[in-house]
Amino acid sequence: MTESRLIEISPLTRVEGHGKVTIHLDADGYVDEARLHIVEFRGFERFIRGRLLWEVPVIVQRLCGICPVSHHLAAAKAMDMICGVDQLPPTAEKMRRLMHYGQVMQSHVLHFFHLAAPDLLFGFGAPAEKRNIFEVLQQQPELGRRAILMRKFGQDIIEATAGKKIHGTGAIPGGINKNLPLETRDALLAQIGDMEQWAQDALALARGYTLDNADLVQGFAAFPSNYMSMVRDGDGALDLYDGNLRALSADGDLIFDHLDTRRYHEALVEDVRSWSYMKFPFIKDLGPDHGWYRVGPLARMNTASFIDTPLADAARSELMDFSHGLPQHATLANHWARMIEVLHCVEKIRELLHDPDLQGSDLRATGKRRQEGIGVLEAPRGNLIHHYQVDENDQVTYCNLIVSTTHNNEGMNRAVKDVAMQYISGQPQISEAMLNHVEVAIRAYDPCLSCATHALGQMPLQVELFGPDGALLDRKAT
Amino acid sequence: MTGFTFTIDGVEVAAKDGQTIMEAADAAGIYIPRLCDHEGLRHQGACRVCTVKAGGRSVAACTQPAAPDQAVENETPHVTKLRRDLVEMLFHEGNHLCPICEASGNCELQAMAYRLDMTQPTRFPYLEPCRPLDASHPDIALDTNRCITCGRCIRASEEVDGKGVFGYVGRGIHRRVAVNGADLADTNAAITDFAISKEVCPVGCIIRKGEGFAIPIGEREFDKGLIGHEIEEKKRD
Repeated sequence: MTESRLIEISPLTRVEGHGKVTIHLDADGYVDEARLHIVEFRGFERFIRGRLLWEVPVIVQRLCGICPVSHHLAAAKAMDMICGVDQLPPTAEKMRRLMHYGQVMQSHVLHFFHLAAPDLLFGFGAPAEKRNIFEVLQQQPELGRRAILMRKFGQDIIEATAGKKIHGTGAIPGGINKNLPLETRDALLAQIGDMEQWAQDALALARGYTLDNADLVQGFAAFPSNYMSMVRDGDGALDLYDGNLRALSADGDLIFDHLDTRRYHEALVEDVRSWSYMKFPFIKDLGPDHGWYRVGPLARMNTASFIDTPLADAARSELMDFSHGLPQHATLANHWARMIEVLHCVEKIRELLHDPDLQGSDLRATGKRRQEGIGVLEAPRGNLIHHYQVDENDQVTYCNLIVSTTHNNEGMNRAVKDVAMQYISGQPQISEAMLNHVEVAIRAYDPCLSCATHALGQMPLQVELFGPDGALLDRKAT
Repeated sequence: MTGFTFTIDGVEVAAKDGQTIMEAADAAGIYIPRLCDHEGLRHQGACRVCTVKAGGRSVAACTQPAAPDQAVENETPHVTKLRRDLVEMLFHEGNHLCPICEASGNCELQAMAYRLDMTQPTRFPYLEPCRPLDASHPDIALDTNRCITCGRCIRASEEVDGKGVFGYVGRGIHRRVAVNGADLADTNAAITDFAISKEVCPVGCIIRKGEGFAIPIGEREFDKGLIGHEIEEKKRD
């Protein structure tokens, strides 16, 4: 194991963004340290300064092409606050919610079917050439067809509410710029039955995988952690668009509850480490060693008191039974949670499409200007915080973004180390299968490294193996 | 006033004495692309996007009087290429970030690029000027990164509003539009000025505060058709 090797695997792995894993081995070849590095720089917080407040929801959504709606809406919520609007007109809030549910649905479907399903269907160690959506389409054409049509449905919802499938302009400070015409509503409603059935089938697939492979799931990057998400004001139900912050310990005890999202900075602190462009947030009262937490679909299942749509709520109960009512810690259970949320989104979309408020004409509210705005929502990958300050000329003077992947930074690093310890420690070389195990752990968080750092150009995931003297022994780029 | 005829791309067009080529073309439902010309403002011939070939010479259709029996080339491949080159250079001179600009969909520069099939402005080096945004006025902001120095705001402010809020400074490549004061708040500009109205600035340089993105995609000016479609519809009528 003294000879350096460079192995490259192409095409790219199935994560969104640019990352690198380094694995440090001790003299006996055992894992000493394993890290997920985010090597690109985002910079949005800096170059948004000086721009006008109503431009912000449109500019910042360019952080991402997968979930631009999340950034669009989080920024719009912050600008609502700056414009003194605490309560949107019903049409505006419901149009935004519809947009958001369409977004979460399409993003989750993209991740589950296009990115993760090849691992789950064909095995982590399956030949690399088979681990892609094309093999899924070849082997299970009906499943692949549904994946594409479900994602299309979510994108159609976004287009109906934001004007475009990607990077629209629907949300404006204090409201929305359009309502939903009846003909558009009817065209979407005509598909909702299929979507609900297909969402249930996808949920059954994810649930079945988890239960059929319970030993693997419970032993693969399954470690206790704190969890944080937004929950609905009052009853603590799952709410992806609005609410208060709740954090639980690994045992399910409340760390904080119903924390006003506008006070997030009183509870959360961001740590900086020299080897990554991504920060490491932690809960202030618990400190960096014990205060790190995870966000995302599984965290939301753990933290929410219940789900306010019947099919998704029943599905969540089954997931919580899998961990005997305590928080579920298995990284791979994120896939099950993700599909519960797809079903929840479809149920919510159905509910909203039947709501006549969507055809209302009161689209925008105004209020007394403030200097500061904080917009928080639950993006597909987890909690998303946008924080801005604006001067008297309407120009942004301060911006801080904490995206889901940043919240999950410590959790993903732990997952990488956990899998490296399990599958790589003591091994003389990295096999392709070992590499993919590391990727599977990262992939379960559905990280959007572009959002977290704003990557440019090609986006390979690299794994590097270092010996005890710090020498690079092996490297793989996928 | 007597009249005469001339041809544009072989089509006979009626004109009156003193009419420019563009005025006669507009009346006949033939669109000649333009950026600096605007109805109700003095013709300037600044942007040259309305360049046509008349008698073998390149002339600005907005200022060149029509002449009897003249043969004008408007939408020939050669003239269209000249116009596309001009528009490409406008994109290269400023910072035109359509994806995040609130004028997108209502912007005449963007619409002209679509009309002229400008698919990618990559043939010339970007100048990437660094121009600060002037948001000092309570109702108006000025982002000269997007200015194409068409001078429409200058003429509107002088000739219609009688104020002279805007003017040119500098020469040659350094020529740009500036305000008559330390900043916009230091002038007597008002949101009710014709110069500040949506129709005067062809791009997203003059910004009416708080109105950005209020018109949904699909209902913006050029979502309805190519720039010039209203003039061309006259011909069909």
